[in-house]
Amino acid sequence: MEKTILSGNEAIARGAFEAGVMVASAYPGTPSTEILENIVHYPSIDASWAPNEKVSLEVGIGASFGGARALVTMKHVGVNVAADPLFTLSYTGVRGGLVLVVADDPELHSSQNEQDSRNYARFAKVPMLEPSDSEEARAYTRLGFELSEQFDTPVFLRSTTRISHSKSIVFPQEPLSPSTETGLVKDPAKFVMLPGNARKRHYDVEARLEKMAEWACDQPFNRIEEGTSDIGVITSGISYQYAKEVLPEAHILKLGLVHPLPKRLIREFAERFEWLYVIEELDPIIEEQVRAMGIAVKGKDTFPICGELTPGRVAKAISGKEASPAFSHDEVLPNRPPSMCPGCPHRGVFFGLNRLKAFVTGDIGCYTLGFMPPLSAMDTCVCMGASIGNATGISKVLPPEERKRVVAVIGDSTFLHTGINGLMDMVYNDSTATVIILDNSTTGMTGRQDHPGTGYTLGGEKSYQVDLEGLCRSVGVKHIHTIDPYDLDETRDLIRREMERPEVSVIITRRACMLHKRDILERKPPLFVDPDKCTACKACLRLGCPAISWEPEAGEKGKAQVNRLLCVGCGVCEKVCKFGAFGVCDGE
Amino acid sequence: MASEVKNILLVGVGGQGILLASEILSEALMLSGFDVKKAEVHGMAQRGGSVISHVRYGEKVYSPIIPEGEADILFGFELLESYRYLPLLHRDGRAVVNNLRINPPGVSLGQENYVEGIPEKITGHFPQSKIVDGMTLARQAGDLRTVNTVLLGTLSHFLEIDESIWQQALKARVPERFLETNLKAFALGRGV
Repeated sequence: MEKTILSGNEAIARGAFEAGVMVASAYPGTPSTEILENIVHYPSIDASWAPNEKVSLEVGIGASFGGARALVTMKHVGVNVAADPLFTLSYTGVRGGLVLVVADDPELHSSQNEQDSRNYARFAKVPMLEPSDSEEARAYTRLGFELSEQFDTPVFLRSTTRISHSKSIVFPQEPLSPSTETGLVKDPAKFVMLPGNARKRHYDVEARLEKMAEWACDQPFNRIEEGTSDIGVITSGISYQYAKEVLPEAHILKLGLVHPLPKRLIREFAERFEWLYVIEELDPIIEEQVRAMGIAVKGKDTFPICGELTPGRVAKAISGKEASPAFSHDEVLPNRPPSMCPGCPHRGVFFGLNRLKAFVTGDIGCYTLGFMPPLSAMDTCVCMGASIGNATGISKVLPPEERKRVVAVIGDSTFLHTGINGLMDMVYNDSTATVIILDNSTTGMTGRQDHPGTGYTLGGEKSYQVDLEGLCRSVGVKHIHTIDPYDLDETRDLIRREMERPEVSVIITRRACMLHKRDILERKPPLFVDPDKCTACKACLRLGCPAISWEPEAGEKGKAQVNRLLCVGCGVCEKVCKFGAFGVCDGE
Repeated sequence: MASEVKNILLVGVGGQGILLASEILSEALMLSGFDVKKAEVHGMAQRGGSVISHVRYGEKVYSPIIPEGEADILFGFELLESYRYLPLLHRDGRAVVNNLRINPPGVSLGQENYVEGIPEKITGHFPQSKIVDGMTLARQAGDLRTVNTVLLGTLSHFLEIDESIWQQALKARVPERFLETNLKAFALGRGV
């Protein structure tokens, strides 16, 4: 096949297709999301969104037990959710090959922490491959399935933002046919992890890793690239590319398999050099293991442990010198942080929460941007689904008057991911907090994916749509209200009323995301500011809408102005203005 | 550092279509026989924030990220964002910048000031640079949305890519019904 240019995520999807994968499951999470969005285009693969990562891995395990090759993908923090099945899957091993792709996010481009998933490979005793570009992402995904079956183990494929979201040239290969050996096989000693069975499997796990570590010393994915200098480098993944860029003359041991490490190969390589670097992003995983072998290396004493590496950071760590740019600013530039889109249905809710002086336990999604000024209405954000449990806990330790201020805010997709459990606890243990489910009918931040609450599947097929009100009712919530968040005053009044109530209540603010793919946007005409009516009170600016700006030169005190190209006509600003200064443009 | 690798940094504001432009550029470079890599980030960073995409090409490219101070061309879709990333430009580099101002939130709120005189600052420090009235040319082409194609046209002036390959890359990425307008926009940009 002809070469093509693919992102790491597209290449992983291609590799899975080539490996004859039959089932793929995931919950969206940056930077992993596009793998399933691409895999859905291969009709031979049953690809679906699961409500969370634990379910997706369990689906993958089931498919593997049924004899098929299965791919499961998630972002780094998703593995925390899937960790329970993962650790026991390591003991059962597989029937059909199973590859778990985990995409880390060094530098936290779009995450709440920068945990290093290689720790999971060691912790769960699962082998891990780490590609360094898109072609390797394709090839290693395919290889992962072979290793999985050869060694009877799940296999991790670790990506990072710079692999998943970088594009490079890929040489696609002919695909294998999916397995024809699927069916029910009873093998309780392998599949039923009761203590008596699991105890024996633990020995298999240890033996498997030992065997693999020796075997991996002679495999092409762990290779030495000879150089001309007297410096040796051990590296893997994207760090390999930076090492080649900054130290083109160094001898490099490039590891394709980062767990288990090929100890014999490492020792043979290391013996040749006085000066040996381990270049790796985030934690000193390779470094500590190499040191434990009694080999002296330069690692995290030289390179940063926090944030991603870049060619510049690697060069600076080695030379100790800052690059001197040809140009530097002599003024402070205004920042351009991300913000909620014009017409975002979440805006009015956070505007209300700000005015009501609520203490908002937040969650993970576009609405986390409610933290940003001028809305400034989010006080905590920990992990997927945490808002509800956090609200319960904090309410327990507050006097009744203050307790009323606590409001949990969570998106529809996040609520179904892991929020529902917290709500059950709230009712069961008699909490008094208020929960707002921001239902924009999509998983917004990751690029608008479907979930069980949208009524559509990954493939765009119509499916059962979870009834959020009914779900809340069924766990015992007595006070459930649904409102359109564009009705600004009504939304704020409702929140105020429910905050006062000394019982659990749920408010569902329902309005589709402005970017929604299925919503045929009756894109309403934009608004304008009547300069004769604008009193320069700046109330509309507190909405933080990108379409409204302040023109200091207009009038005596300045005036608000609407950018017609950005405005989508949601009309929330019109409701905030006490002077009727906003009007709707008629047509063009 | 590998000297034969060329670096183009695309910068602008989320929603301006920078990622699509860098797709077309990378496609054209691949079709010209180069090794190509490009890097960017999605997700949180994209919501109206500052967007940056790295494109590198040559015989063999390692890092997908451009080393600091090594960009040969800064391809800017908005003035302030172009100015923000100017320190990444090589001292002999050039900027190709759209003459468009989009206020960041602090400026919209009247709390901060937009930097004045950016075009002069850019051409003053990097005399080979070009400031393009992308919006005016896009309007001439018949559709404001072709502004990115106009800008690619101007950029194409400085790259060793055949015009026929550009047309091929555009055909691969632009829907049929918009193709003619986009080809016109490209030609207008190239003429700058």
